[in-house]
Amino acid sequence: MPDSLSLSKITAQKGMSIGEAARRVADLGWTPSYVQEAMTFPTDYKITKTARDPMKQVLRSYFPMQEEKDNRVYGALDAALRGDMFRDVEPRWVEWMKLFLAIIPFPEISASRSMAMVGRLAPGEELRTGFTMQMVDEFRHSTIQMNLKKWYMENYVDPAGFDITEAAFGKCYATTIGRQFAEGFVTGDAITAANVYLTVVAETAFTNTLFVAMPSEAARNGDYALPTVFLSVQSDESRHIGNGHSMLMSIINDPDNHQLLERDLRYAFWQNHAIVDAAVGTIVEYGTTNRDKNKESYAELWHRWIYEDYYRTYMLPLEKYGIKIHHDDVNAAWDRMVKKNYVHKTAQFFSVGWPVAFWRQEAQTDKDFEWFEHKYPGWYAEFGDYWKWYEKLSTPGETNILFNQDVGYVYPHRCWSCMVPALIREDFCVDTVDGKLYTYCSEVCRWTHKVAFSAEYEGRATPAMGRFSGRREWEDCYAGWDVADAIQDLGFVRSDGKTLVPQPHLHFDDSKMWKLDDVRGHKLGSPLQAIRAMSDVEREKHIADYRAGFKINPFN
Amino acid sequence: MSVTQEPIAPRKSAAAGSATFAGSNSRKYNYFTPKGRKASHYEDMTVDVQPDPKRHLLQDWIISFADGTPTYSESWTAAKCSDWHVFRAVDQEWERTHYQRQSTIVGMIANVVDNGRRSGAVKRFDKAWVKVLQDHLGAYKHAEFGLGMATMQAQRYGYTQMINNAVLTNSSYKLRFAQDLTLYLGEIGMDLEGFDQDAGKAHWMEDPIWQGVRRAVETIGGSTDYLEQYFAVNVVFEPMVAELFRSGFIMQVAASQNDFMTPSVVAAAEGDYERNLANAVELFRMLVLDETHGTANRELFNGWLMKHGGEAKNAANQLQPIWSQPRVKITQFPDVLEQSHNRLRAIGSEIGLDVRPLIEA
Repeated sequence: MPDSLSLSKITAQKGMSIGEAARRVADLGWTPSYVQEAMTFPTDYKITKTARDPMKQVLRSYFPMQEEKDNRVYGALDAALRGDMFRDVEPRWVEWMKLFLAIIPFPEISASRSMAMVGRLAPGEELRTGFTMQMVDEFRHSTIQMNLKKWYMENYVDPAGFDITEAAFGKCYATTIGRQFAEGFVTGDAITAANVYLTVVAETAFTNTLFVAMPSEAARNGDYALPTVFLSVQSDESRHIGNGHSMLMSIINDPDNHQLLERDLRYAFWQNHAIVDAAVGTIVEYGTTNRDKNKESYAELWHRWIYEDYYRTYMLPLEKYGIKIHHDDVNAAWDRMVKKNYVHKTAQFFSVGWPVAFWRQEAQTDKDFEWFEHKYPGWYAEFGDYWKWYEKLSTPGETNILFNQDVGYVYPHRCWSCMVPALIREDFCVDTVDGKLYTYCSEVCRWTHKVAFSAEYEGRATPAMGRFSGRREWEDCYAGWDVADAIQDLGFVRSDGKTLVPQPHLHFDDSKMWKLDDVRGHKLGSPLQAIRAMSDVEREKHIADYRAGFKINPFN
Repeated sequence: MSVTQEPIAPRKSAAAGSATFAGSNSRKYNYFTPKGRKASHYEDMTVDVQPDPKRHLLQDWIISFADGTPTYSESWTAAKCSDWHVFRAVDQEWERTHYQRQSTIVGMIANVVDNGRRSGAVKRFDKAWVKVLQDHLGAYKHAEFGLGMATMQAQRYGYTQMINNAVLTNSSYKLRFAQDLTLYLGEIGMDLEGFDQDAGKAHWMEDPIWQGVRRAVETIGGSTDYLEQYFAVNVVFEPMVAELFRSGFIMQVAASQNDFMTPSVVAAAEGDYERNLANAVELFRMLVLDETHGTANRELFNGWLMKHGGEAKNAANQLQPIWSQPRVKITQFPDVLEQSHNRLRAIGSEIGLDVRPLIEA
């Protein structure tokens, strides 16, 4: 066909350039003169420099692009069913999706809400366009994830746990950390929450582990749906990272903001590490059946994405603006990952609490041991016997591991700041805030509660900063309850009214499944209530003992 | 020595129905009461994603603002409700339906504009009409943007996911339409010699005809009560000003000025509003019918009606000269104003509000 007959030549006509379209759209805003916009979410930052929108996208290209992405996602879900994906999927993996997908839609929609907060603060109109698209993106993420969860519920062998998902999210001992994550996006100082905590740290750094590491592991376990949905979600993140960086650039040039920015980067990095690595690290390392020694461990992935990509290429360059970066915190987080077994201790904690979970947690076995020892030398000596105990105690009739004195596990204190328990025992610390004693997993979490989330920071009034509130220690809610009654109150009982939703194994067989009567007779307690009730002398000894750690009894 | 291969046990399927045990048939979200006999897909995607200490949230909100206000608070609107969770958006939108609809609109507008321009339609627009589009449609796009930003702000505050998502999609529609108009005017301007792309904003900022509208929009943006914003946008401003201009002027007048393109672009916003209005009416009707708080809510809404209605009425009246500007006159301002009052009466009647004091004032 001659060139002159191509369709594009026939239909071509002069149009507007992308840059011109973005410029005109940005000119839609104006400075009100009759009534000022309500500035309802406060910040202690000064924002004077007009932010730039690096993406220069307009909605008429955005909506078709997103629809096309959706078409691919939903087409792939149909294809997975036609290909009988659930015949081959690993139940160990899908069970952990009950936890992950219970958590993630609320942080996503919270990110959407937070765009209202930064949208009002951004000077000029250009970046507002970026924020509006992020608002709709996050709406996409939240509901597409609810759809994926429903899809698992409808097609996986054991739907229990998916069926109660949002109710479970509000109640579970593990999802509490996800709520801390999400509320951190939308509450308190608007820049601290919606810019630094959400976009500059969570989205720029930790969505890689959330939305890339996890899909890779899903695919290794026969689950092609999660990668389909989450890599599509992740493809929106570059826009959000651009928004976050652009907003950051609009505040970083004012030296008056540096003190707050240093505070917020420190709080946000540490808390993102504490929360995301606990949850995602556990799911990636313990929810998989794939023990290919050539694949990267979560620690290796962390080093690549958080240390090399984020710390070295995003955080460090901020120093040229005069911002103090807490290199020691990044190194301490890395040490927690590789030297202090943070992920493994979190997995251990989750499994100890299986009776009050809403998903099944299977024991790790010899094949897993070999991989863990290969990737994390010394793992077997610390955790091998624990998982042997766990497997032995997974049969109804045994005293469950949460209360079994033979095992030697010591139930941990909760960290009042990140909500993950104080699992690295030697780093445990306490402090008094407003006359009350609190427990923390680490020095930075103690600082976060006492120093950062306060009305004053280093002598400077910070009236916009948020506060920690609510019944933050989950254990406090059921202190003194029989565990069976607590499980009933949580709603983690199956439709027969007696079989538990959680199980410490993957047997899909009524005769092997735990029932309320199998766990009844043990009372839950609150470590925080207990330590507050101690005398000073008792407390000092308790803290010393706690820091000394515990030893799992040998398994014979 | 013989080698025997150990038989490999067939791996058990993890598909639904491959085993039967307690809970193996529990394949529906079971933590909320559907509005109808069965939960809609929208409900499954939406209900309870934003938790509430009164529903499921065991530990209460765990971060607060400095004054102790929690992450979400019922105090963020003066309206009161016995159970905010009852509300369901009438348009049932979740992400997939939202993108499908928005994308369809974008495609429809692109076809109209591309084909219209290609056929030389823009050059055949009546000259006086081109100036109307340049100055007044150009000014009006800013009003749509203002409503989009107000609803973007409002979607942070609602007490349930259903309310916030309805407000969010409202914002998304308004912002798309503001951009539709901007880009439409930019593109037809390429075919029209001397078309001033900056005239619209200048009229928006300075032309006395538009100052009432700008003031009404800024009043909405300056409100601190998110439901007041949502009410003012959909119950007051849209019928009294936005529809008046879109339906009562552009949609009726354009064809007689040789312009078939502009009504197609603006028609999308008319469709958007029908959906946004349905959601808003459902919510405000629920609040007016609330057994405990209905009377107080009605009184509150009457206050909002008079406050924003006064601004909107003034804005509408100031727009009157525009009806005289097209060369071919099709409609009379008093007639379309009366139509907009009828629309307001119908909306008031559906919600349960008496709008006569506003219209007759």
